[in-house]
Amino acid sequence: MVTRPSVLPLRAGLPHFERSARTSRAAVRPPTGMSVLRPLDKQPGLNTATILLVGTEDALLQQLADSMLKEDCTSELRVHLARSLPLPSSVDRPRIDLIVFVVNLHSKYSLRNVEESLHHVDATFFLGKAAFLATGAGRESHCSVHRNTIVKLAHTYRSPLFFCDLEIEGFRATMAQRLVRMLQICAGHVPGVSALNLLSLLRSSETPAPEDL
Amino acid sequence: MDETVAEFIKRTILKIPMTEMMTILKAWDFLPENQLQTVNFRQRKESLVQDLVLLCESKRASLRDAALLDIICEDVDLFDMERFKSSFEKILRRALKNVTVSFRDAEENAVWIRIAWGTQYRKPNQYKPVYVVYYSQTPYAFTSFCHLKSNAPLLSQALTVASNHHKIVKMDLRSRYLDSLKAIVFKQYNQKFETHNSTMPLQETLELDMHMDSRIIHENRIEKERVQRVTQETFGDYPQPRLEFAQYKLETKFKSDFHGGILAERKEPLRCLIKFSSPHLLEALKSLAPAGIADAPLSPLLTCIPNKGMNYFKIRDK
Repeated sequence: MVTRPSVLPLRAGLPHFERSARTSRAAVRPPTGMSVLRPLDKQPGLNTATILLVGTEDALLQQLADSMLKEDCTSELRVHLARSLPLPSSVDRPRIDLIVFVVNLHSKYSLRNVEESLHHVDATFFLGKAAFLATGAGRESHCSVHRNTIVKLAHTYRSPLFFCDLEIEGFRATMAQRLVRMLQICAGHVPGVSALNLLSLLRSSETPAPEDL
Repeated sequence: MDETVAEFIKRTILKIPMTEMMTILKAWDFLPENQLQTVNFRQRKESLVQDLVLLCESKRASLRDAALLDIICEDVDLFDMERFKSSFEKILRRALKNVTVSFRDAEENAVWIRIAWGTQYRKPNQYKPVYVVYYSQTPYAFTSFCHLKSNAPLLSQALTVASNHHKIVKMDLRSRYLDSLKAIVFKQYNQKFETHNSTMPLQETLELDMHMDSRIIHENRIEKERVQRVTQETFGDYPQPRLEFAQYKLETKFKSDFHGGILAERKEPLRCLIKFSSPHLLEALKSLAPAGIADAPLSPLLTCIPNKGMNYFKIRDK
């Protein structure tokens, strides 16, 4: 029986993901230098949890950030919004505990942007500190990115994928709640649960990978 | 009074058509009402002019007064609205017996025309009229959609001849909002309102817009500002004229990075039609880059719409 390796080698430029007609060609470059985000390169702030939302549609990110900050939370939350990676190096920023890549299924441009940003993230983030959020699935007629594409992308990076129509306030509030809980775990604020634990929990309830079918 | 001034006044008055004579003299306000009453306006023009010049001499008209008269002559609408209307109607009737034409004078030298078309044997259909708005001081007319395409050339001809032009060109500009069409065509859309601080620092504007929680940090603030700046440079601060569509008819050869591939080898140009529709197209385009849906600056094909006065384009390979 073949098992998938559950730990990725450090510093992998993530190779070998399938080049199907649906995913665009991604030149695989190993992340180098200062432009790469690393999860453990800074000291954590006291009781601080920082999330980075990456996506092209600023208005949606802003709304999600607002919803997250409305949540009651014992930790001090910080939300960073970025259009794409790499981040401008001039800013002094805290350690990032969780990255959420937001893709709007209505826009191939937003998918491409996320795909390119992924190259600037160190592989260790994908041990539970990264997630994908796809918005817009509710309006199928407007979708120009196929559901499978984003499923495959998340699978390739071994990270959880959430579908949530961020434009709808109720769904957004629920998603915000989940993200806050997830963020607290990733920041180590929940005793006994680590980011990797959470990842395994989420993964075991996933549908089987497309290649296994 | 100087000989030259008298001659100048005489020639100026000679240029005025009889129908405008009274209006202009009253506007000039140099010869008082009671004096004008004494003049016989029914005589031949040459004699009338002589009488008027004599009056001017007696009042010692200066060069300045003469110049003023000249300006008034230029200013008064020498375009004869009545003549236009009768000419327009005559042309239509000559071609088509069954047609109903009505006129309504509107503001700013505009006339609204309603035309109900019939045929040789049928009475005009009053339920499908065509409306035309003609601005006499400009070479522009706006027409509503004409159901009977066959009557379009006749309408064009009537407009052209009645308005004393020799050619009419159909612009590729269509919208449901007459005011927006006017704004684009008369280039009135970029009226800036005067403010006391005409150079408001962009930084300030940005922060006023977002009720920023200090726990939210925008990593790409500089890029956002650049996008705002570029958008403002392209579209300006003013409200955009209202259009609902932009249509691009492409007839171009397929260009591709991939060598080989089915479409790359096609000799004939690909034909495709791209249509953008929106309740307010230009505002939507303006908000694309700030919303992160497109890169700034936008394609000039999109941003040239008000400048070129077109929203229907045909694009071919050069």
